[in-house]
Amino acid sequence: MDSSEAVYKALKKAEIDFVVSLPCVNLGKVMEMVDCDPEITHVPVTREEEGFGICAGAFFGGKNPAILMQNSGLGNSVNVLASLYELYYIPILIIMSHRGTEGEFMGAQVPMGKATPGILDTLNIAYINPKTPEEALKVIPESWILSKVARTPIGILLEIPFWK
Amino acid sequence: MERIEAIKKIVENLDDELVICNIGFPSRELYAVKDSPTHFYMLGSMGMASSIGLGLALSTKRKVVVFDGDGSVLMNMGTLVTIFSQNPENLIFVVFDNQCYGSTGSQCTYTTKVDLYEIAKSVGFKNTFVFEEEISFNEVLNSKGPVFVHMKVKPGNADVPVIDMEPEEIKERFMEEVKRK
Repeated sequence: MDSSEAVYKALKKAEIDFVVSLPCVNLGKVMEMVDCDPEITHVPVTREEEGFGICAGAFFGGKNPAILMQNSGLGNSVNVLASLYELYYIPILIIMSHRGTEGEFMGAQVPMGKATPGILDTLNIAYINPKTPEEALKVIPESWILSKVARTPIGILLEIPFWK
Repeated sequence: MERIEAIKKIVENLDDELVICNIGFPSRELYAVKDSPTHFYMLGSMGMASSIGLGLALSTKRKVVVFDGDGSVLMNMGTLVTIFSQNPENLIFVVFDNQCYGSTGSQCTYTTKVDLYEIAKSVGFKNTFVFEEEISFNEVLNSKGPVFVHMKVKPGNADVPVIDMEPEEIKERFMEEVKRK
């Protein structure tokens, strides 16, 4: 199975119906599939923090929200994750392309790539690193159930080898 | 006019519209003027009122009113572009502009130099209002969204207590209310 197709199918299986996105070379195909899906409201945003704000509002309106983003944007989302999501117990699926991991060709991606798991740990946000499309198809819907029940964001970190 | 006066005058016109209210004194003042299950009071995440309001407006048929501040809008100006591009007809975006960060000691904001109303118009907002002495909010409510309202107010905060509700309680009550219709 193709990696992008697995992520999209997993989002459908999880009944995610509201997606905000920021561009990422690895998530590009998933974004196209989401955009073509009439059952999903897709909102491209200008910054990750804004995306988290929009998803919180969508959750208040009864939607199942997810964000598609690159890990570099986690840095500018720390406050919204702490003082909106943690404070008010709001769930969201964070589908994150994890650059700066094994196989990274661009040195500039490495510092934020290394910092990403630590930031999530500090925020007490659980995350999973599916290694294959089959694993992603299984863990993404399970993670959304966990996110909703535990009323907390859950991260899905998709490292560079996942997209190969 | 004082911001709390402006809030009072606007709230008098509201019925079952959903309100997302900015962090700090604006939420405290709204809570003191009138509490309602239709209100979501922000206690953190400065700058996010407009974004939360947009996400909500895209997820419900009900009318959504955002109470934001000049400092918060400047912190998250990207959302102006996203709101315009998503074009939610049920969103009213009110900015109380006192030209300062009122909740942190009244440090000046750059709205002393730039005009948020002109910015909103240049982004493309079709229905824009600017109020200073008088507010005709019924006209705003009858306009097709997204509507931008530039509400010029004096600096300063009213002497009102902190909100004595838990964050979870604010959210749960609000979500029940959203579901009701």
